[in-house]
Amino acid sequence: MATTINVNGETRSVDLPDDVPLLWVLRDELNLTGTKFGCGVAACGACTVHIDGVAVRSCQTALSDVDGDVTTIEGLGTPESLHALQAAWFEHQVAQCGYCQSGQIMQAASLLAENPSPTDADIDDAMQGNLCRCGTYPRIRAAIHTAAKATRGA
Amino acid sequence: MASLKKIARRTFLIGSAAIVGGVAFGAYKYTRPLENPLEAGPNEAALNPFIFIDAEGVTIITPRAEMGQGVHTTLAALAAEELDVAWEDVRVLHGPPAKAYYNSALMSAVLPVPEYSKSALMQTMSEALGEVNKLFGMQMTGGSTSMMDGYERLRHAGASARETLKLAAADAFGIAASNLKTMNGRVFTPNGNSISYSDLASAAAKIDPPQVELRPKSEWKYVGKTMPRVDMLGKSTGTAEFGVDVRLEGMKYATVRMNPRLGASIKAMDARAAEGMAGVEKIIPLEGGFAVVASNTWLAFQAADAVEADWGDAPYPAEQSEIMQAIEESFAGKPNSTMRDDGDVEAAIEGADLIEAEYRMPFLAHSTMEPMNATARFSDGALEVWCGNQAPTLMRDHCAAAVGIEPEQVTLHTTLMGGGFGRRSETDFGVIAAKVAQAMPDVPVQVTWTREEDMRHDMFRPAAIGRYSGAVKDGKAVMLDGRVAGPSVTASAMKRLMDFSAAGADKVHVEGAFDQPYKIPNYRIQGYLTEMQIPLGFWRSVGNSVNAFMHDSFLDELAHAARADPLEFRLDMMRNEHAPSAAVLEAVRDMSGWTGKTEAGVGRGVAFAHSFGTPVAMVIEVVDEDGSIRINRAWIAADLGTILDPGNLEAQLYGGMIYGLSAAVYGEITFADGAVEQGNFPDYDALRIHNTPVTEVKVMESGGHIGGAGEPGTPPSMSALTNAIFDLTGKRARTLPLMNEFDLLV
Repeated sequence: MATTINVNGETRSVDLPDDVPLLWVLRDELNLTGTKFGCGVAACGACTVHIDGVAVRSCQTALSDVDGDVTTIEGLGTPESLHALQAAWFEHQVAQCGYCQSGQIMQAASLLAENPSPTDADIDDAMQGNLCRCGTYPRIRAAIHTAAKATRGA
Repeated sequence: MASLKKIARRTFLIGSAAIVGGVAFGAYKYTRPLENPLEAGPNEAALNPFIFIDAEGVTIITPRAEMGQGVHTTLAALAAEELDVAWEDVRVLHGPPAKAYYNSALMSAVLPVPEYSKSALMQTMSEALGEVNKLFGMQMTGGSTSMMDGYERLRHAGASARETLKLAAADAFGIAASNLKTMNGRVFTPNGNSISYSDLASAAAKIDPPQVELRPKSEWKYVGKTMPRVDMLGKSTGTAEFGVDVRLEGMKYATVRMNPRLGASIKAMDARAAEGMAGVEKIIPLEGGFAVVASNTWLAFQAADAVEADWGDAPYPAEQSEIMQAIEESFAGKPNSTMRDDGDVEAAIEGADLIEAEYRMPFLAHSTMEPMNATARFSDGALEVWCGNQAPTLMRDHCAAAVGIEPEQVTLHTTLMGGGFGRRSETDFGVIAAKVAQAMPDVPVQVTWTREEDMRHDMFRPAAIGRYSGAVKDGKAVMLDGRVAGPSVTASAMKRLMDFSAAGADKVHVEGAFDQPYKIPNYRIQGYLTEMQIPLGFWRSVGNSVNAFMHDSFLDELAHAARADPLEFRLDMMRNEHAPSAAVLEAVRDMSGWTGKTEAGVGRGVAFAHSFGTPVAMVIEVVDEDGSIRINRAWIAADLGTILDPGNLEAQLYGGMIYGLSAAVYGEITFADGAVEQGNFPDYDALRIHNTPVTEVKVMESGGHIGGAGEPGTPPSMSALTNAIFDLTGKRARTLPLMNEFDLLV
């Protein structure tokens, strides 16, 4: 049975069982591979996407539970037209292996949408579900502050 | 951009049988130039194995793989420095498996002497071993050797290509090459006419490349500066392609389940329920397990869960207590190595205080963010494999052997890696994909492991027990006798990867202890090996991750027994032994404002380790936060010899520290009924943003050599933390991980 979801502004129809997690719909059906598989149990945040602008773990969101517009890292900004966070990520040279960074950026975007001037403690609260094995946290923090400033100034 | 598929020629390599008998090769074999594995078409030029030019510009082919350490960027900067291309025009591809990309620095690391004290003779021997390694054709990203190996090679590649392009332009303009200049990918005449490298490619490809002098450091534009990483835009926009992101026409998605008792058989399986599940295409029995191929990775995971398997017994002690018992018992045997033996540790020293301590270290998983995976297609007796990997030649050879074809029939694409840390120097994930592809001819199949499969089927950092005794007198160490017991990474990995039985003194087993730059009059380090069939692998900093913790912890204990300041105590033994090491300790003392005293509720620890050619000193500060211990701040000083990219070095050093601290706090792989008990991040966590210390890094250069960067941040991190916890609590942590004994902020 086909299910219709809206992803990055486009309506997409997928023919998969209802309980397939959104992560695997995005990656294997829609070829939106920017969203990563890290743990499958909502413990690392690599699969973070937005539903109606709010960060969710796509590995724990069943296809049938997708009740709003989905935005993935590909829909946040592109190499030609970067989101403020992506520009800050580049400015601070955050990524090392880079695998967790889509999820980090999507989580940070959700934070900034809710709180345009996060403190270090706000960043800790919002970002501690996102694991990075390379240990890029110091620059993630700096980049979020830079993006917040840029967004407020705009 | 040039694609690797287009330019990688099938290379003809010496087979693995010849490698084992490698001593038979004459000198001519390795003095002969190595074949360029890149093939240029019309209007293209592969000026050497590292520089490819086509209509779109210059592509720098790197011999090493990117797993987060920034190696593509720094290697490209070295080549671009001499080649004169604008940084924004630099494109980078990882090279195909080929002898031209051998790692000359890797084998030299096996010399049985401390890195810091290599004599000129040893350097020569080391280079000779590098030549042996060229014969071996090992193309490995590991051992923090990429810059040691690439520092001159990539600059020579750029310089030689530049001069070749100038010779081609000299013909075109009718002006002597010596009168031409190069800038931003173009050759310029004195009166300002210019021609692009792309337009010169055809002509340049026909010219014998000259060897030229390298530019002096004073003229560097890129090297020595913080360069924007070539992979940063892709990694910030979700467009970077990791192994797991490979998408091919008609591709199927699969997963694998191997016996949780590592290396054991599958006696029987019942796949009837799984076969009827949604999306399932095929269930493929494998030696020791099975794979499920489906239309979607998650459907494959679900079906794999539904297969009932009867697993064979583990070829090693099944319970953790039995494993640790076996390690303990190896102290009763003869030592495998005595790689430091100064003075006489057994002689009585009058008036000295004796102390003893035992340390215990757990098995550890690598736990890369990207679970193991590979994609393969088997068609007409040829295999194509896509995966992130640290050892392309081994991966190609093992995949070929697994499906019964020649290595030349394998095309391997090395993608970006979502973390390596040593795990991707293995070939198991590629071999499994190759076998699955062979069972599904002409169909590309991506095999993705679950996190649980990844964690439970690692090649682990071995557990170890250290027994140290020492003596102090008049505020100084007068004796240190360290013994470490555990199974050998080298023996396990060499057998598995090279089918080679390692013999003799095992340097890796005691590295981080025997090779530290301290002068102690009576000083011995011995290694005891435990025979055990648990698969072991190279884990970021390898033996140093075990021994630096034990050795440095014990020095801290000696300092306290001697009532000396722990930092000055180390410095005092180091000053006349190795000046660059003393300098990093002094630097970290000054950065942290070390006084040897801390106020109530605050603890500070210092640690030092010399590994991969780089001395690193660290101070960590912990604070009592409502009864929990917070890792509050850290200071790191390291001497890289020559600084190639300060921003990246800073990231590698604090990243290495955080990796080590994560292990110190949480890392523990234990066995029950022959299987690993931990399966996912809730059982095997790591530091997160809220409990990572605020860190300051100082990158130093004493000149001369190129130190490693990816690993040296890890070894001193664990004892810096436990020494700080001792300062705060008065309790000495001798067993890791700390979460079992201490209340740390998590």
